[in-house]
Amino acid sequence: MSLSTQIAGRADVIIAGGGVMGAATAFFARQLGLSVILLERDLVGQYASGTNFGNVRRQGRFLQQLPLSNRSRELWGRLPELIGEDVEFVAAGHVRVSFKEEDSQRLEKYAEDCKPYGLDLEIYSGRQAVDRFPMLSPDVHLASFSPLDGHANPRLAAPAFARAARRAGATVLERTEVLNISKNSEDFVVETSGGQRFVAPQLQISVGAWARKVAAAFGEDLPLVPKAPQMAVTEPVPYRIHPVIGYASWVEEEGVYLRQVERGNIVFGGGRRSTVDLEAKRARLDPLNTLRQMPHMERLLPDFARLRIIRTWAGIESYTDDDLPVMGASSLVPGLFYAFGFCGAGFQLGPGVGATMADLLATGQTEIPLAPFSIARFASAAVA
Amino acid sequence: MDAPVIVVIGAGPAGTRAAQTLACAGLRPVILDENQRQGGQIYRRQPKNFTRPATKLYGASAASATALHTDFEALRSSVDYRPETMAWGVSGDMLLTECRGQADALRFDGLIIASGATDRIMPCPGWTLPGVFSLGGSQIALKAQACAIGQAPVFMGTGPLLYLVAWQYLQAGVKPRAVLDTSSLTTRLRGLGGLRRRPAVLAQGLRYMADLARSGVTLRSGIRPVRVEARQDGETLCAGAVVWKDGRGRTHRTECDAVGMGYGLRSETQLADLLKCDFAFDATSRQWLPVTDRDGATSRAGVYLAGDGAGIRGADAAESAGALAALRCLQDMGRPVMEGEMARLRAALKPMNAFRHGLETGFPWPWRHAADLPDDTVVCRCENVTAGDIRRAAGPLDSPEINRAKAFVRVGMGRCQGRMCGLAGAEILAAARGITIEEAGRIRSAAPVKPLPAKIRGVVT
Repeated sequence: MSLSTQIAGRADVIIAGGGVMGAATAFFARQLGLSVILLERDLVGQYASGTNFGNVRRQGRFLQQLPLSNRSRELWGRLPELIGEDVEFVAAGHVRVSFKEEDSQRLEKYAEDCKPYGLDLEIYSGRQAVDRFPMLSPDVHLASFSPLDGHANPRLAAPAFARAARRAGATVLERTEVLNISKNSEDFVVETSGGQRFVAPQLQISVGAWARKVAAAFGEDLPLVPKAPQMAVTEPVPYRIHPVIGYASWVEEEGVYLRQVERGNIVFGGGRRSTVDLEAKRARLDPLNTLRQMPHMERLLPDFARLRIIRTWAGIESYTDDDLPVMGASSLVPGLFYAFGFCGAGFQLGPGVGATMADLLATGQTEIPLAPFSIARFASAAVA
Repeated sequence: MDAPVIVVIGAGPAGTRAAQTLACAGLRPVILDENQRQGGQIYRRQPKNFTRPATKLYGASAASATALHTDFEALRSSVDYRPETMAWGVSGDMLLTECRGQADALRFDGLIIASGATDRIMPCPGWTLPGVFSLGGSQIALKAQACAIGQAPVFMGTGPLLYLVAWQYLQAGVKPRAVLDTSSLTTRLRGLGGLRRRPAVLAQGLRYMADLARSGVTLRSGIRPVRVEARQDGETLCAGAVVWKDGRGRTHRTECDAVGMGYGLRSETQLADLLKCDFAFDATSRQWLPVTDRDGATSRAGVYLAGDGAGIRGADAAESAGALAALRCLQDMGRPVMEGEMARLRAALKPMNAFRHGLETGFPWPWRHAADLPDDTVVCRCENVTAGDIRRAAGPLDSPEINRAKAFVRVGMGRCQGRMCGLAGAEILAAARGITIEEAGRIRSAAPVKPLPAKIRGVVT
């Protein structure tokens, strides 16, 4: 790239990646007065952010993630006033069920442990569970209910944040791929597929499963494995199931979850994940996994067997080896920030991540504890 | 060495001739048929206890239909025929099937897809009223169940099926109120060059028109649908009249008790898509089709397409194409085939290709209507998505292509997965954004190809 190349844009921060993390960060950074350039390789929210299950769930999360998750939940409730639409957020609760004693004990312990973090769960055992949630199988051993959790439409969320960010003055460029990033004494210089150069003193990397290469280029490699959680949806039936329902099992194949949208379709997912072709940007959906989901879905919801499946899909998520995201400042490069690797549980966190990253970008600090998510935790471990 | 497994999907003219060719070569093909009985749509058989003669059911094509049925019955012991079986997905090199809730996975060495076609629909206000059927649906009701869609139907749309169905209704004793064709005499003249390549078929079509006219059926061309109006039928509303404009822009209203509607056919291409076959845009028909060579070979080794699923050429072409695809499959597997027979089939298909081009030119898909549809017209009937919703996706929500519009407003997201509304939806998007229909793209296929019962078990369970 010659020095004479025109600089196409200069801002306080460049955000690479227009998933829900990048789009929400762009929006909240504008709220704090930063100038923002958001660069998205394809379309905003097209990958994991748009193809995930749509869970707005706090219960079951790693406890130290709850402050961030709580902040996000508060923002979910205010989306209409913040970004002008509700993206179909329904705060109808989240039910985790168990079918055996050992899983029930885990749920009961979690309900105690999460209380200090301000998450209050209701526990229903045996008959009580089915009385409270009559759609559930009578075999349910215990149900843990988080009344303020819920679900939303993932296809709408990231684009809504990006539009709101744009209205607030952010530059949002779709179909603009970042090809090269360099850093001079003051600024990051980002070169894109359109042959443009963008310059900013701060840079946030929110490119999901594609982040490893970028972080490694800055000397911060980490084990980040792409996998594709698999979803499907049934034909519409009368709207009866309001909360999200999930089976908390340690066995991957058993762990299915479902929600019904107001339109009537039951969206479900979980079980075995499919593989990913990062180069082709495609999840390799395996319909055999859909077959594997069926008996577990019926176990959770006996009436499920009477329905028909109309569509399947998979999204490209990325997983760290400790199941925690990478979020916060680079440990090596001043001005560089990360928000990726949400291990299939990032959707609920989106608004909170955006607000918290905006704090960091604007002030260098945040009240949300981020230490467990620092990329520095991978520095000591040898990366294969 | 085990004998190679060749799977044929579909048991219409193309699938049947493909299977027959394979059986003649000493193989035992697997035939997957969604229907209860062999025959496909065009030569669909009536239920076993029905006794109408073939001439009544298939008219001028009775001999072809009977031959296809008879030849298939002779094949029964040398093929693995699986009726009521849907090929719904692909996992690696396995084809996933479902039959009455039972899953199966078939590894194949060769796959011949003869999945046929469905009606191509251009919505108009009121098209989702009870009493409005597709032309194909109108024909199936008559052919399979001996039922008419109404006693005074209007048939509206374009293409040869429009006149064939109207004529079949007339033969069955139901006089259509009108046959309203969106194509004009001018476009038909433009298609004549191609249509003349099959003089017998052209003459047959003209005979249908003449019979209809002689019986006093109103035939109009160059029309533009305005709306289907409702009438009260007991507690419910159903189709009661068609309002349309003639070539000079005058408005007419034709009372009726049912409407059969269709604008040519569209190929069923989801399986080719799930198999990751290459697609290319076909400018004449304004749709994306799987790429095949002259024998039906796709971009994926061992996968072949035949019949209307590869582009609309009709039943006679489907028989030739099915046999040709099977021979090509055998040849690609290193088996000896008669080159002369392949050459003969290729030659037989040549005029069919010209004829197809003539049909698509003469009876064009009225894509310009999409831009003028009122905002409140339902386009995607599964999800109740209107033309206005798609325009909102195109404009304020900034969708550059149809899959993005689907993500935002659910067009093509329902039971039919865009098989009915996808083409019209893309036209509305293209018109609203001022882009080409090619740029508007096509709805990506996803398993299952058709709704899959959740009670399905087997293979992995």
